[in-house]
Amino acid sequence: MNERGKQAGGSRAAPTAFSAYLRVVAALTLKDLRLESRRRETIAGVLVFVLLVLGLFQFALDFERAEARRLVPGVLWITLLFAGLLALGRSFAAERDQGTLDGLLLAPIDRSALYLAKVLATVVMMSAVEAVALPVFAGVFDAPLLAPGVLLTVFLGTLGFAAAGTLFAALAAQTRARDVLLPLLLLPLLVPLLIGAARATDDLLAGAATPASAPWWELLAGLCALFLGASVLLFDSLLEE
Amino acid sequence: MTGATKLPLERPTVGVEPAAGEEAIATPCPASCAVEARGLVKFYGTTAALRGCDLSVAWGERVALVGPNGAGKTTLLKVLATLVRPSAGRLALLGLDALRHPAAARGGLGVVAHETYLYRDLTAAENLALYGRLYGLDCLERRIAAGLARVGLAGLGPRRVSTLSRGQQQRLALARALLHEPALLLLDEPDTGLDEAGQGLLAEIVRESPAAVVLATHALERALALADRVAILSQGRIAYSASTADLSLADLRAAYRAVASAD
Repeated sequence: MNERGKQAGGSRAAPTAFSAYLRVVAALTLKDLRLESRRRETIAGVLVFVLLVLGLFQFALDFERAEARRLVPGVLWITLLFAGLLALGRSFAAERDQGTLDGLLLAPIDRSALYLAKVLATVVMMSAVEAVALPVFAGVFDAPLLAPGVLLTVFLGTLGFAAAGTLFAALAAQTRARDVLLPLLLLPLLVPLLIGAARATDDLLAGAATPASAPWWELLAGLCALFLGASVLLFDSLLEE
Repeated sequence: MTGATKLPLERPTVGVEPAAGEEAIATPCPASCAVEARGLVKFYGTTAALRGCDLSVAWGERVALVGPNGAGKTTLLKVLATLVRPSAGRLALLGLDALRHPAAARGGLGVVAHETYLYRDLTAAENLALYGRLYGLDCLERRIAAGLARVGLAGLGPRRVSTLSRGQQQRLALARALLHEPALLLLDEPDTGLDEAGQGLLAEIVRESPAAVVLATHALERALALADRVAILSQGRIAYSASTADLSLADLRAAYRAVASAD
């Protein structure tokens, strides 16, 4: 064996495998958030979209009428899902367009770390949008959308959306028709999530006691676990070219 | 190293069965070579980019891949980088079965390609820090400072990549690829955007690096100057391979023309 070759290979830190994994997830998540803080493309764009849709619903529906007020959970969740699609569409497409995805795929990391980092970054960005949008929705609809139960529902819905959506965003980013493909693939899968989130929100806005929403929360938590677990297992083979 | 080896130029059957004798290499040369590729085949749809490509690179050896456009150089380098999984064939990198354990093999690879793999909205130092963390490196600040200095970018660490020239970005891409001191360097036309000084720096790095190097280039002079061995790729397989020790530029040009005319 040639000595030139033997000399190569840098010294590495030696943390446990799990802490090393978490560090990689943290590094990739912080990278995405740092890029967003500098580009200000995703959060600002999604927030403007949410407020525009809210304005359109105001023109289209008369929320003074009691029947229309029953539509609030559906309006809220449809708006958040479509807004989330905008954020997801950017997550892998930007990496692929700028040629940085291959750089990440060359690293000796478990590729599920890349998936988890994208999920976390999407949840943080969507939460930032929701932190502004929910008070506006609450004011416009005169609904208690900032109640702890609703916030928990929004968190679970956002996590489930990001967990499923990130997998399909990675898949769609490999195609030319990604803008069309992502919603076509993702929205049917999100039907159970949408039902759980809208029904839990409906129960809470109707003044039901928190336990009335518990089954819906269990459904949402179960879907989050299912989407996360399946995606972690599938993600590596999905990125194989 | 022996002299020129003329390899058969006949086209392989595109249907892709392992070549005769391939089964003998059940565990391809795990420790004696940095790269041991046997019968690599890669299809994109119905188009074959690699058609039974064999390549061995000894530890520390520098091999230049040349060949006409579409010969399969970039695909071969992507397969060696574990970015593309071959449709058939076997691949051992740094003593590891790279098709079964690609993540382990990746830790010893440094890759410079057409794209820099750099984030334009991060600074030069932030880019290197990110990749350093992905490779689990310690003493990152020292490594980053040394890496930037090595490619002539000392002092440019706080600059965003988008404000660097194309040549400076390519130097930074070199620093990124060398940060973890890889045992195998894969360079796909790494002089893209580099000025005269940058090309000199690249040559110095390739010559001084203890790593095995596979370099794809269109410049025959550069291949001859930098490599221990030149391989001409044609129609997805190595059609000619020769040591540079006893190979003149005229001989290489003649071999290149012969291979190209046989296409």
